[in-house]
Amino acid sequence: MKFGVVVNEGPYTHQASDSAYQFTKAALAKGHEITRVFFYHDGVNNGTRLTVPPQDDRNIQKNWTELGKEHDLDLVVCIAAAQRRGILDENEAKRQGKDADNIAEGFRISGLGQLIEAGIMSDRLVTFGD
Amino acid sequence: MQEETIKKFMYMNRKAPYGTIYALEALEVVLIGAAFDQDVSLAFLDDGVFQLVEGQDTDGIGVKNFSPAFRALGDYDVTKLFVEKESLEERGLSPDDLMELVWEDEDDDWAEKPSIRIVTRDELKSILGDQDVILSF
Repeated sequence: MKFGVVVNEGPYTHQASDSAYQFTKAALAKGHEITRVFFYHDGVNNGTRLTVPPQDDRNIQKNWTELGKEHDLDLVVCIAAAQRRGILDENEAKRQGKDADNIAEGFRISGLGQLIEAGIMSDRLVTFGD
Repeated sequence: MQEETIKKFMYMNRKAPYGTIYALEALEVVLIGAAFDQDVSLAFLDDGVFQLVEGQDTDGIGVKNFSPAFRALGDYDVTKLFVEKESLEERGLSPDDLMELVWEDEDDDWAEKPSIRIVTRDELKSILGDQDVILSF
């Protein structure tokens, strides 16, 4: 089955991103396809490479980056939500006149249309959040 | 081929318009999603019914009042806004407290028709059962 995954909450405060990660991993292990993982609302904060969690805790961003690399996942951060919350890639940082970017490896910033498209091309769109 | 797929999209609005950003960012999805020519519905339930209340004034909280954007939905061919009757009643609201939202029916000489439809919890249940994609905010 083709699954689209939506992550609506930031890391650590909320379990949504952890659950979405476990779901994605399990679905892939069962041979399902993940069409896209879309990060919206505070979920965009999963895509910053600047988080430094304690060493004895999981690194949520790294988990996503590694899973993405292993399975060639499309990890998309919503641009409108990202701009509000200070998540920028190199292009956006330049465009907005900011002195740094922080998008993590394996993530890309794109528009909300990617969320709608995930809904259209997936058999199921699964949302993680409240 | 992808472009021809028309799915039933339901945007569920369950939270108050201010206090959290969910309502505003839900509306942003709806407005962008309108460009995809899907079969779109919105549902307002729980505190989400407050999003449609007429006469919102946010001056005191320093947050942008985004409720006028709901009036544009008709122009985006988003014409089905289901409001749960029980959620209104539980909050002491009646349909008269809501904004008057309309759309123009091009098949009926551009007659203005109401976008808001009050439905019971049971009716909403079956409407949700008909959907292909449900995004809950």
